Amino acid sequence: MLYYILKRLALLVPILLAVSLVVFLILRLGQGDPAMSYLRLSGIPPTDEALAVARTELGLNRPLPVQYLDWLGKAARLDFGRSYVTKNPVLEEILYYLPNTLVLAGFSLFLTLAASLPLGVISAMEKDRLPDQLVRGLSFFGVSIPNFFLGFLLVWVFSIKLRWLPSLGMGGLSHMILPAATMSLMSLCINARLIRANMLENLHSRYALYARARGLSEASVVGRHVLANSLIPVVTAVGMHVGELFGGAVVAESIFAWPGVGRYAVSAIYNRDYPVMQCFILIMTLLFVVMNLGVDILYAWLDPRIRLQGETS
Amino acid sequence: MMLENMARRGLVVFACLVILVLGLSAAAAPLIAPHSPDEVDLSQKFAPASLEHPLGCDHLGRDVLSRLLYGARVSMGSVAAIAGFILVLGFAVGVTAGFLGGKVDSALMRVCDVFLTFPTFILAMFMVGVLGTGIVNVILAVSLTHWAWYARIIRSLALSLKNREYVLAARVSGSGRMKTAWLHILPPIFAQLVILATLDIGHMMMHVSGLSFLGLGVAPPTPEWGVMISDARQFVWTHPELIMYPGLMIFITVMAFNLLGDAMRDALDPALQEAAH
Repeated sequence: MLYYILKRLALLVPILLAVSLVVFLILRLGQGDPAMSYLRLSGIPPTDEALAVARTELGLNRPLPVQYLDWLGKAARLDFGRSYVTKNPVLEEILYYLPNTLVLAGFSLFLTLAASLPLGVISAMEKDRLPDQLVRGLSFFGVSIPNFFLGFLLVWVFSIKLRWLPSLGMGGLSHMILPAATMSLMSLCINARLIRANMLENLHSRYALYARARGLSEASVVGRHVLANSLIPVVTAVGMHVGELFGGAVVAESIFAWPGVGRYAVSAIYNRDYPVMQCFILIMTLLFVVMNLGVDILYAWLDPRIRLQGETS
Repeated sequence: MMLENMARRGLVVFACLVILVLGLSAAAAPLIAPHSPDEVDLSQKFAPASLEHPLGCDHLGRDVLSRLLYGARVSMGSVAAIAGFILVLGFAVGVTAGFLGGKVDSALMRVCDVFLTFPTFILAMFMVGVLGTGIVNVILAVSLTHWAWYARIIRSLALSLKNREYVLAARVSGSGRMKTAWLHILPPIFAQLVILATLDIGHMMMHVSGLSFLGLGVAPPTPEWGVMISDARQFVWTHPELIMYPGLMIFITVMAFNLLGDAMRDALDPALQEAAH
């Protein structure tokens, strides 16, 4: 197990290097001129001399590989430069907004899992009967509705018509419900479908038949054997949902005026504030990679077939 | 069971009709739209539904129905371009990796790994942020963030088909490498690919409109459904219908493609299930 974890950690290094290279290349090959944005946002008229000075200052006139290594070296020391707009260190600003986003994403993930589990199980146990039909109908609806429309639909129903929940800003739990619902409905539905499919597959498996043949009650067969095995693939799906949740967070933060890193990044993109943009994508990707690594390790730990394979290879 | 089958068949027919109607209205928007989508008439600001304006007008007095019809053009057009781009790139990379194997295979798959490392929507946002807004850049960003997943699946399909008995039988009976690939391996891969793409079209459409909604996609005067929702967001308290119309259009379109994709997958199930896991 330890070997497996170490191996995965070692693989992280080349992947993150490649990620940084892709981000750097997109930044430099894009048609935008960082020096121009820098001058515009600093309020300096972009004369030829000013541009030349800014390029030297930002190191844009050196060869690309040198720029990359320099940039990478700074990033490794957690120096992502200063925002063109506020002149503050970018990382500081991102870390200021990030906890708000993580709280929202964490709550959404909780909502996804807490709701999809009973829905998926009921749907599988009541296959083809009314509860199953309802759950399948809901999940079909859920995977087809875009989050940015869903957000307004929720605002319209729960804030405007029923006046139950606030539609803007950050506060207690009540402020979190609508944005989290906006972010999680799709992964919730995908997850419910996944649990249903796994349950159905396992219910008809040989080990379930064997458990029944041993005279175990159906409740024990389902609860102890089928359910446990059906949840293992859900662990992997969680890693996938995190990526969707990060994307959904940007949209939900924009709709519900949630002061998170997504909203901050969108305004940075409007301003072409390059240091903020690159720090944002690197941090979000790093979080995504680390989450997926955690998920894989958890998966390996849960599933002896992988755990043992890791040790022998 | 029979009732359900009939209901499902009905839904698939419905989905095909929806897609057909949307495609036609996208193609014929200039002919059937009652007004120009950009025609501003402030005297008609928030005009209710009438014969003149069947779905009313928005905050600039633009005809909502016309904007929805032209919006179908942008949505259907961009998604078609993205799907085409991804199919070509994913097919080329996946088939090359699957057939050649060895170093080429591992190099190509490492490139895919890198692209799969990013959270998709965040990477698309970043690309549009750097490249600038506009329909072409949105198409590019969404394609570049999605192709790797296709390349992966196509590679595993190619690998699993390469050593199937019927393919070996064709080789043994004297069919050359290229001919075998062309006649026996590529067609089934391509069929699976079309199903995958159909299932994924809703997702692509949501990304395009989602970017536009954030102001990072198609630039505002263009009638696009995501842009229309974004334009109407400040009027959610007074004129929620301006959000409902484009929202429902996206919802119905995505649903239609999902229904169609599900039906196609069910019809051609087995190989895909194996390859995807």
